[in-house]
Amino acid sequence: MGLRWTTLAGFAITALIALFLVVPVLLSVYAGLSVNYARGISAGFTLDWVRQVWSLYSDTVWRSLIVALMTLALTLLIGVPGAYALVRRGGRFARIVEELVTLPVAIPGLALALALILAYGGFGAFRQSTLFVVVGHVLFTLPFMMRAVIAILETIDWRTLDEGAASLGSPAWLRFFDVILPNVRPGIVAGALTVVTLSIGEFNLTWMLHTPMTKTLPVGLADAYASMRLEVASAYTLVFLIMVIPLLIGLQLAADLTEKRTKS
Amino acid sequence: MRSRSFDVLLILPAAIFTLAFLILPLARLTVEAGTGPSGFAGFFAILTEARYRNSLLVTLALSIVTTLATLALATIAAQTLAHRKFPGRGLLLSLMTFPLAFPGVVVGFMIILFGGRLGLVNSLSMAAFGTRAIFAYSLFGLFLGYVYFSVPRVLLTLLAAAEKLDPSLVEAARSLGAGPLAIQRDVVLPALFPAMYTGGALCFATAMGAFGTAFTLATSIDVVPMLIYTEFTLATNAGMAASISIALGAITWAALALARSRAMRDTKGG
Amino acid sequence: MNARAEAFTRCGSAITTNALTKTFHGHTVLQPTHLEIASGEILVLLGPSGCGKTTLLRLIAGLEQPDGPNMIRFDGEDVSALPIEKRNVGMVFQSYALFPNMTVAENVGYGLKVKGIRRKQRESETKRLLALVGLEDYADRRITTVSGGQRQRTALARALAIKPRVLLLDEPLAALDAVLRERLRVEIGLLLREFGITAVYVTHDQAEAMAIGDRIAVMQRGRIEQIGAPKAIYHRPANDFVADFVGTMNRLEGRVSDGILAVDAEHTQARLRVGGGDRSAVVCFRPEVARLTAGPGAIRARVIATTFFGATQRLVAEVAPGRQLQLDLASSLHFAPGQIVAFDADPQAIIEFEKDA
Repeated sequence: MGLRWTTLAGFAITALIALFLVVPVLLSVYAGLSVNYARGISAGFTLDWVRQVWSLYSDTVWRSLIVALMTLALTLLIGVPGAYALVRRGGRFARIVEELVTLPVAIPGLALALALILAYGGFGAFRQSTLFVVVGHVLFTLPFMMRAVIAILETIDWRTLDEGAASLGSPAWLRFFDVILPNVRPGIVAGALTVVTLSIGEFNLTWMLHTPMTKTLPVGLADAYASMRLEVASAYTLVFLIMVIPLLIGLQLAADLTEKRTKS
Repeated sequence: MRSRSFDVLLILPAAIFTLAFLILPLARLTVEAGTGPSGFAGFFAILTEARYRNSLLVTLALSIVTTLATLALATIAAQTLAHRKFPGRGLLLSLMTFPLAFPGVVVGFMIILFGGRLGLVNSLSMAAFGTRAIFAYSLFGLFLGYVYFSVPRVLLTLLAAAEKLDPSLVEAARSLGAGPLAIQRDVVLPALFPAMYTGGALCFATAMGAFGTAFTLATSIDVVPMLIYTEFTLATNAGMAASISIALGAITWAALALARSRAMRDTKGG
Repeated sequence: MNARAEAFTRCGSAITTNALTKTFHGHTVLQPTHLEIASGEILVLLGPSGCGKTTLLRLIAGLEQPDGPNMIRFDGEDVSALPIEKRNVGMVFQSYALFPNMTVAENVGYGLKVKGIRRKQRESETKRLLALVGLEDYADRRITTVSGGQRQRTALARALAIKPRVLLLDEPLAALDAVLRERLRVEIGLLLREFGITAVYVTHDQAEAMAIGDRIAVMQRGRIEQIGAPKAIYHRPANDFVADFVGTMNRLEGRVSDGILAVDAEHTQARLRVGGGDRSAVVCFRPEVARLTAGPGAIRARVIATTFFGATQRLVAEVAPGRQLQLDLASSLHFAPGQIVAFDADPQAIIEFEKDA
């Protein structure tokens, strides 16, 4: 069967896009493991650069993980009940609140960071703690958690679930834990993976919010890109890739699972 | 009434957080913008002062071109991947959306590996023609970086829309004698418009506010986010940084709000 | 009426398929198929899902490529290699595939627009077609704001607007509710005859097939089991599959001697006059040919249940435990479960299959 020229052109362009996206990543992996990138494969491979990165920057890796987990904990505490409240209330008021909460997605991170610094820069201990970075990350990731949960709540019949449990005499807070939370779990899982992935990669806010004592991985990366040789920068990028790949696979699996559930 | 107090309890953490760390700081930012030497006229400095205005124009042009290029590429790729099964499709899609998790700085580094001194294009060009081809730090490099950043996001949005398009719509148009261009114009693109508004606005807003990529690549280009950064840290002109931030935030928010209302009107009307 | 018919006098092409075959990934979905569809004829492809009827339609349409060349001809001209956009076929899809960004009139006129026909002529042509399907008052409505039946007629008008050589309909009524489906079944049948266009109509609904088709091709597992007029298919099915697919069929198995079928049964006698000599046989008859009889040579069966249909009622009765028959009898009669009924069937309406499978 002869393929039409439009189809062939589509395949060619798609393949070029894929190459443009993937080849630099492969080059970076290769550069991070090569003895000398400029001299090519003949120079051989080594893990020395990765070791060097670890000795220089391992603290940023741990800090990024801690920040991501703290961010996750806070977005769960704030976002899940908040999303349920908005869906329960509905109407104009809920829409305004939702618009407000999701504002940080629409405003550049730099502007948000500037606002936070101007407002809380004077509180020395808070300004210099990791918590300050965490606040920025929660601000930026909260909309993603809330949207994921709202999306699931809109597909399940939460009102019937809630009323059913109420008819059996369960009080409102118990219904939230017993009936609503287990049913929105796919949304929470998807939201949580998104929050952690975004937090680990967050740079725009963090660059402004961090202090020399609260550097995260992307901040360290920017440092390395500016001042280290290509092999070190690449090895550091490799460490970052290794951290986010499991999260991305998890996100994919969660998405597939939700799709299967909604189909069946 | 008990249900009402329960609702209040549910929303309380979000309300406190938003008030303390979003509304209050944004108010503080607005006040700061008004305390510059020219007072609240500083809001318009981005339009009145030539250096800022030029920066804004460059950033706007770059963002618009990035958005158009990204939409074109993603529309083609989405149509190629939708409704089509072939071996390796899942892997291809994973590879194309993998850069979603990259922060701007990493994207900048990818462009350096692509178009920098030791980059792929330069090595190939040196080997083949003996001429240098370094563009990573130019406006073109920045454009490539923004496209790299946005294509995976916009592709996912458009792919979802393209998968929802009933294949028999295209078959029907063909049965009536429509060629590939007429099918795009009359059937496919109208169906993808809502997703294109949403994806395009997201791409535009991200490009306007992109800091990480610019930080890595734009050593000699004054895009607006870099302007804010230098005003704040090097010139310690917090008032000016604040007023430019507000202008930038207003532009990106308006772009997203506009796209959302158009997308909603299209889905409702059609 | 005359003016309407005049516009579409026998405009359809004759379709011939010659050993038309389709293989998907080594799996034959359409066995070699020979078909002769006369100009202006309405052929219904009937069968369960996955029987190949939609594949056959899509091959005729040009949406699928046949396995070899020279397999499909319109008026003797080989069209196998032509893609659908060059084949000039009108197609009505199950989902209607109406363009949601256009009005009813824009949908109907789209094929003419693509052909580059001038606005004036396009508009008058569109108007005429909308009048034909009774939608002139809905011309400027958006597709999303008209009802299912109106969408269906818009799709039909759109397909006819390009003056196609053949009209292809893929389950065009499947998306409608039962009441509307029954009404449109009649309407479409009349419209198609009025246009006099060659039409191939795919459905899995036997009542729809009977109402619409000049001929019906019953398909199973990628092959045509039987092709013929609706009455022939119903009354003279070629095999068990066709018999079952186009209606309810009772089946009795036994020994024929002197033209009488003897069935092993518990109720004293089960005999049916079928004619002919001695043999083992499977005889079949439709519920409505059963008639009560008091005479000898009747089948006796025990009533299990009755369902009231209005003019008739359907009895479910068994000649032996687990061997049930269905009989349609006048609803004025009264039957009680457990009662024994004696009946026979019109020998003319009895079908006999060879006893093998």
